[in-house]
Amino acid sequence: MLKDVTLGQYYQTDSWMHRLDPRVKLLGTLSYIIILFVVNSVPGYLVCGAFLLVCVLLSRVPFGYILRGLKTIMVLLLITVLFNLFLTPGEPLVSFWKFTITKEGLTFSIKMAVRLIFLIIASTLMTLTTSPNQLTDALESVLGPLKKLHVPVHEISMMMSIALRFIPILMEETDKIMKAQMARGADFDSGNLINKIKAMVPLLVPLFISAFRRANDLAMAMEARCYHGGEGRTKMKPLVYRKGDVGAYGVLCAFLAACIVIRVMGV
Amino acid sequence: MGLKIEDITYTYESGTAMSVNALNHITTEIPDGQFIGLIGHTGSGKSTFVQMLNGLLKASSGHIYYNGEDIDGDGYDKKALRANVGLVFQYPENQLFEADVLTDVEFGPKNLGLNESARKARAEKALNLVGLSEKYWKASPFDLSGGQKRRAAIAGVLAMEPKILILDEPTAGLDPRGRDEILGLVRDMKNQLDMTILLVSHSMEDVAEYVDRILVMNAGQIMLDGTPREVFSHVSELEAVGLAAPQMTYIMRDLAAAGLPVRTDCLTVEEAAAEILSHRDAIPAAEKGGSHA
Ligand SMILES: Nc1ncnc2c1ncn2[C@@H]1O[C@H](COP(=O)(O)OP(=O)(O)OP(=O)(O)O)[C@@H](O)[C@H]1O
Ligand SMILES: [Mg+2]
Repeated sequence: MLKDVTLGQYYQTDSWMHRLDPRVKLLGTLSYIIILFVVNSVPGYLVCGAFLLVCVLLSRVPFGYILRGLKTIMVLLLITVLFNLFLTPGEPLVSFWKFTITKEGLTFSIKMAVRLIFLIIASTLMTLTTSPNQLTDALESVLGPLKKLHVPVHEISMMMSIALRFIPILMEETDKIMKAQMARGADFDSGNLINKIKAMVPLLVPLFISAFRRANDLAMAMEARCYHGGEGRTKMKPLVYRKGDVGAYGVLCAFLAACIVIRVMGV
Repeated sequence: MGLKIEDITYTYESGTAMSVNALNHITTEIPDGQFIGLIGHTGSGKSTFVQMLNGLLKASSGHIYYNGEDIDGDGYDKKALRANVGLVFQYPENQLFEADVLTDVEFGPKNLGLNESARKARAEKALNLVGLSEKYWKASPFDLSGGQKRRAAIAGVLAMEPKILILDEPTAGLDPRGRDEILGLVRDMKNQLDMTILLVSHSMEDVAEYVDRILVMNAGQIMLDGTPREVFSHVSELEAVGLAAPQMTYIMRDLAAAGLPVRTDCLTVEEAAAEILSHRDAIPAAEKGGSHA
């Protein structure tokens, strides 16, 4: 159950996608998500799907692993699709009892589902192939210009990277505490809703305590190493674009251009 | 009857690039009434192994039988198994959650469906067993010292009155005094309660004195299995996997190498001292004089 959350996790392996400059991946994902809402025809989605497929293949992350991440948001996806399916006005297709499925509703909900699935796969792929550290660096560098407007860019990206870094740690901790309580006869799966919520207490109390302790330890460790925010801070591994990254930008631009052309031509 | 482990394998994260083969074809038996030490280097699979024994992890392949019944069989009552096979986790104090110690210890018996007076009685008995005096019973578990927290957590498992008690590194992170206290406690429990005990540790000294039998794990397999004497006679194999025999074994081995005809399988200081003294006559007179001067 906990193992299904792949969003925000890093999948360690060596691949072309992993080695790509994190800024390319960040901007690429961002523009990919925007373009998903620009295209609205079958050929457009085919191009988007093909692009995503190539990226997944280049990442060497097993396909099943990425799909597992989709499972957790299945409910959200279904709700969105159902709402769109039944509540879009237009030319009726089928109707039973009080519900009517319209032609517009059907096409719109399929589009929405495809967009959401692609969106989640794309963002999952980004975090799976980019370590939290790299992601922070990329974010800081991309948002760099905002520093002039006194936006605390460094602090924001630091908070984000710590949050990301703590997801797997907290999940591991949850797993451990759950097992320890199960060894004492706790039951997290059966019973009605109220019992299930009550059963969470022996899990949540130790989890919060350990989260606070970890946060405290981390703050102390950072202070002990004289962390003082972004002012005058240099990097051990500054981000430098290499030839492959420039090429990747080229491919990305070509892809975006193709999508826009498809939209404008109305194919 | 006890536990019978047949050809158990376990893989973490199977099917991904991070997959780890934590256990490789383990077959062994844990008969009733034994006091067993399970030792192995960090990452050798000890914690994984003990979590299989009460059904917290399901074996990737192989079977485990408790009193002849397959614990992964259809309809097998896992809750009853966990009441019979008590597992105290590594750093068990992380599981404490109630407002006071007594209520926390009652958590296990409560899950077994006991009524209020019965679970209170069990909790008090368990707390007395681990030597946590009455003045702490109403205190918040988070106000206790590290060693006291650990006792409270052990009491939490003992209160379920298991037939088999498994302790995963109960002395990790304690000072030498706390360590001796906990180990003494385990030995007393063994004598008083007639339990089967499996004590996980990576220190030979911890287990050498107390246990009947030692299992040595390495890279997910059981490498040695026998009485402490048998196991510690394989010093070089132990060293090859990052473990060591008790200090006394080394002293006796060096003495033997230097020509004193002593037995080399002494485990405790007392035993070694008696053995050396019994060979007083073998020491040449001149050397005896020298050592007195
Ligand atoms: N939740 C997990 N996910 C993935 N791999 C794990 C997990 N838990 C343990 N492992 C791996 O399984 C192997 C055995 O781990 P295990 O915790 O059983 O070792 P151990 O003998 O108890 O070590 P220690 O003495 O440090 O407690 C190790 O290689 C470890 O990295
Ligand atoms: Mg362990």
